[in-house]
Amino acid sequence: MTIDAADLKRMFDAIAVAIEADRDRLCQLDGVIGDADHGIAMALGFGAVRDALASLDLAAIEPTALLNTAAKSFLNAVGASSGPLYATAFMRAAAAVKGKATLADADFIALFQAMAQGIKDRGKAEPGEKTMVDAWQPAAEAAAAASIAGKTLAESLDAALAAAESGAEATKEMIAAKGRSSRLGERSLGHMDPGAASAVTVIDAISKSLS
Amino acid sequence: MQTKKIINDGNRAVDEMLEGILAAHPRHLRSADGSPRSIIARDGPRPGKVGLVIGGGSGHEPTFLGFVGKGLADAAAIGNVFASPPPDPILECAKAVSGGAGVLFMYGNYAGDVMNFDMAAEMAAMDDIEVRTVLTTDDVASAPQDQRQKRRGVAGNFFIFKAAGAACDLMLSLDEVERIARKANDHTFTMGVALSPCSLPQTRRPNFEIGADEMEIGMGIHGEPGIARGKLRTADEITDEMLDKILAEMAPARGDKVAVLVNSLGSTPLMELYIMNRRVKQRLDDIGVSIHATWVGNYCTSLEMAGASVTLFHLDEELQTMLDHPCDCAMFRAG
Repeated sequence: MTIDAADLKRMFDAIAVAIEADRDRLCQLDGVIGDADHGIAMALGFGAVRDALASLDLAAIEPTALLNTAAKSFLNAVGASSGPLYATAFMRAAAAVKGKATLADADFIALFQAMAQGIKDRGKAEPGEKTMVDAWQPAAEAAAAASIAGKTLAESLDAALAAAESGAEATKEMIAAKGRSSRLGERSLGHMDPGAASAVTVIDAISKSLS
Repeated sequence: MQTKKIINDGNRAVDEMLEGILAAHPRHLRSADGSPRSIIARDGPRPGKVGLVIGGGSGHEPTFLGFVGKGLADAAAIGNVFASPPPDPILECAKAVSGGAGVLFMYGNYAGDVMNFDMAAEMAAMDDIEVRTVLTTDDVASAPQDQRQKRRGVAGNFFIFKAAGAACDLMLSLDEVERIARKANDHTFTMGVALSPCSLPQTRRPNFEIGADEMEIGMGIHGEPGIARGKLRTADEITDEMLDKILAEMAPARGDKVAVLVNSLGSTPLMELYIMNRRVKQRLDDIGVSIHATWVGNYCTSLEMAGASVTLFHLDEELQTMLDHPCDCAMFRAG
């Protein structure tokens, strides 16, 4: 399939709806091992993205400019940890598809990988540290592997979602090494990382919106 | 069931609070042009002086903006409740207070704050403003002593910001201000206890659960779980547990001087704070440590959380000079 700015806007709208619906669960997950605001921050951020994209002329804008608008609006609405992490993801996504008016399947896979790498770089986190990287990195790897194996974009994003889900599930068995919960030590065991949980929600919305 | 709060709209709570603060303190504070979350001291920033920018999430009032004024911080960047401000308001603070001698960013050591302040520092560098950063890490309960750099910044911010603000006001160089700020952080030790949770204005749900007869030692100022949960004990026992840990690290000699902060996390009243302070005085007297000055009250809160923290600031001649230097802020004056 070919993805244009209007498709990307629909994708962000779908993420905003999904995160809003998930807001209270994310706050509760965060309340157990953090400060209970993760759902609020994510809902604020994607709500701001939806509002900012609503004012764009989709016929005239390229994906890169749309993604940069998403980055700036998310960052300024949120701050917190998720602000720089997702803003960096969208800026890297923008850079990955620079100059393209529409995106082929492989372009979107590259965009998706750039998002995961941006989150990892900004947070200086590695897999196994009980963060959103534990969902994003396996998701990006699974999407890339599926794409290289000749799968369609929809199939590749399905693979990404499955990998994100098992990655998020695996955070229950991890001791937090980054972020607010890292001071908990072993008391963080048994609880899913809220950032990994919201990553699943985001990737699920991306996958559904582009399938 | 939702908690009770006197608010209009949870999503507008921070901005409406800022409107009220500017209305109450027009002589001390203004917001930067076009950046309402950048709160600037009316009197303080000046040419040749290092600018001190502090900041962090809302919900800790009077931290951070209550400590903006001449002799202390030049500006505070204000985030959402318990969330770091984004880079833009931090950058606007840096621009507003830059007097050509550099700017120092100081804030509590939290991953979100570090990412946003670092992005702002990169943006300030593009505007030819030299920025240095000193993180506060005074919470002794949040990581072992040999991992001090991993600890959270909590109520001890009060002393650390005070020392750095005085160094700026004395027109010391950026190198000197940074050195004194780091030294103040190394000399500050805080430990807290929480009795009941707080609730965010947007959710109005308790942000953690705790039994009716329980307390949590070492809880952070955002309700992050602490090091141990147990039955509520007496004021003397709680204060002793905090001081045992603080004094073991601080290792004061007989004749040393400290400043004391007994801080409410929000809803614990002065009566209980003063009962704790009585015990602090007894313990310090016992080991021959003299108290140079004491502050008791709401200095770094966690919305309506019940609980308290004790901070000791281990003084030497230089830090005492910085602590005694006059300052005039919206919610705090000294000298």
